[in-house]
Amino acid sequence: MNQLLRFVSLVAALVRTPRGRTALVCVVAIALPFVGRNDAFTNFLADAGAFVLLALGLNIVVGFAGLLDLGYAAFFAIGSYAFAMLASPQFGIHLPFWLLLFVASGIAGVFGILLGAPTLRLRGDYLAIVTLGFGEIVPQTFLNLSQWTGGPNGIGSLDQPSIGAYKFGFNALPYYFMVLGLIAFAVWVASNLRNSRLGRAWMAIREDELAAAHMGINTTTTKLAAFAMGASFSGLAGCAFASKLQLVSPDQFGFNVSVFILAMLVLGGMGNIPGVIVGSLILSALERFILPQGTNFLHGLGLNVDLTNSRFLIYGVILVMMMLFRPEGLIPSRQRKAELHAGEGDAGVAAQEQALYTEAVH
Amino acid sequence: MTLFVQQLINGLSLGGIYALIALGYTMVYGIIELINFAHGDVYTLGTFFSLAILTLLGVTGIVSGPMLIVVVAVAILGAMLLCGLTGVIIERLAYRRLRNAPKLAPLITAIGMSFILENLMQYWKGPSPIPFPQVIPNPSFAVGAVTVEAKQIMVILLAVVLMMVLQTFVRYSRLGKAMRATAQDKDAAQLMGIDINTTIALTFLIGSALAGAAGFVSGVYYGSTWFFNGFAAGLKAFTAAVLGGIGNIAGAMLGGFLIGLIEAMTTQFIGDQWSNVVVFSVLVLVLIFRPSGLLGESLPNKV
Repeated sequence: MNQLLRFVSLVAALVRTPRGRTALVCVVAIALPFVGRNDAFTNFLADAGAFVLLALGLNIVVGFAGLLDLGYAAFFAIGSYAFAMLASPQFGIHLPFWLLLFVASGIAGVFGILLGAPTLRLRGDYLAIVTLGFGEIVPQTFLNLSQWTGGPNGIGSLDQPSIGAYKFGFNALPYYFMVLGLIAFAVWVASNLRNSRLGRAWMAIREDELAAAHMGINTTTTKLAAFAMGASFSGLAGCAFASKLQLVSPDQFGFNVSVFILAMLVLGGMGNIPGVIVGSLILSALERFILPQGTNFLHGLGLNVDLTNSRFLIYGVILVMMMLFRPEGLIPSRQRKAELHAGEGDAGVAAQEQALYTEAVH
Repeated sequence: MTLFVQQLINGLSLGGIYALIALGYTMVYGIIELINFAHGDVYTLGTFFSLAILTLLGVTGIVSGPMLIVVVAVAILGAMLLCGLTGVIIERLAYRRLRNAPKLAPLITAIGMSFILENLMQYWKGPSPIPFPQVIPNPSFAVGAVTVEAKQIMVILLAVVLMMVLQTFVRYSRLGKAMRATAQDKDAAQLMGIDINTTIALTFLIGSALAGAAGFVSGVYYGSTWFFNGFAAGLKAFTAAVLGGIGNIAGAMLGGFLIGLIEAMTTQFIGDQWSNVVVFSVLVLVLIFRPSGLLGESLPNKV
């Protein structure tokens, strides 16, 4: 009993400081697969981790810089295919996995720049539609260039990562820890970027591009940097995801994947790293456990409803409801909340000022 | 050469459908500067509604004689009405509250609405393609080595007639004037006594009704549909609207026919599997090099 109390007070003390919270999250993340002690759960964690990486990458583009990218899955596709082509029997090339992490994220980043360079001059909504078009072109191209990409079958039997003599094999646990490491790296990069000169420039552009340009920010290169950074994160996710699944195929990267990732940001809180991670985990869990379990539950009650058919309805409802009623997300960043409720806040402030003024006059 | 002329006709009739959808995109964008992502799905819903109406009427095959006119009129007007109402409801639920929010917000709800509609249609008719009855007798004429089908002429004529009606309405009617005023400056229009909520709802009603008409036509033209049909068609129609100059009614029509032609020619001379890639590449290129489109005026960045 005493020990339990001491433990609870230790946790409480940790939660109170930012560093303590980080440490706590790390401990929980490392302990999770051992607590679950269940292959399906570890498998889920490893897959969900790849989507956390993707959400963190898209967060740089949409959350920090405010550029709506509706074709983010295209970069995920490019990263995955880059890995697949350089680590499979497809061309007989077998580069080491750890090198390919850099190569694939580099290639995805370069494509981010290639797409961004001509399009970033466009107004926000046009950019959204161009990225959407790009998101359709890329998987379609991979599908059509079947002599290199295996067409609809994709590329299979990809190389598995290994550390020294230890091979990852088909066990989900090492993949989970690898993804966890990548997430830690991505969070470190993203949070440092956010507080850097570049990050502040992104947010300035998000708030008001014209004003940012007048403050001396080179909006084109700044936006390009957001695109490139965001894309390179998806390259990391691509390597992790493809090496675990052992397969890439064009149908893994459709528009619904881009919207799935976007819904993670909208749900969790655009621009806020913890929010994005939580949103991403909620949606992954929804996809993997909650909908199938709910369907089983309803079948048990004698209702013949298949909730797994309602995935898109649920994402759609999340997007609409969140934007209407809580645009800052479940776990908002303070700045974003202030921005999105600017109208209401101003009205409040104006009313207060009016009250003060009336008081002073009388 | 024969192939080329044949694809010219195919492309124009394909383009007629895109043009009808593009009119809805262009009107909505013209008035509230929103890309209504759900519009493509409203178009698919139009096919679904007309199918439901035909089923109610007990029509399963070709109708002939005077009944044909009645059946087609009921199906097309019914689909237009139901789609128009759907458009108004979507605007009311998902866009109106966000009219003064940052621009990202209504775009995101628009994608959400698109997903919701697609999923609802999937519940309604299942995930696989569904057949659409051939209502209209379809004699084909041989002009030299080229065949022209009656339904191709119908699509092109319907698109052109509806566009002209719309153009006249927007240019000469009171409500059309209100729409143009609201598009130019919402606040000033409101000060002049225009009810902008009604005007915007009306824009959605008309745009979505045109998508409903396109839905019926595409059902007859392709003979089948499925719940996801509107995604690619919507994106192509939006490309058409941008190509013609967004906000411009004649431009949407021109863009629609051009996109239809590009798609038909790609299918013939490059390969069916590349048609989407080519059309979306056109979208990207137009937005980069001529964002104002062929007939549009360039818009300055608003402060």
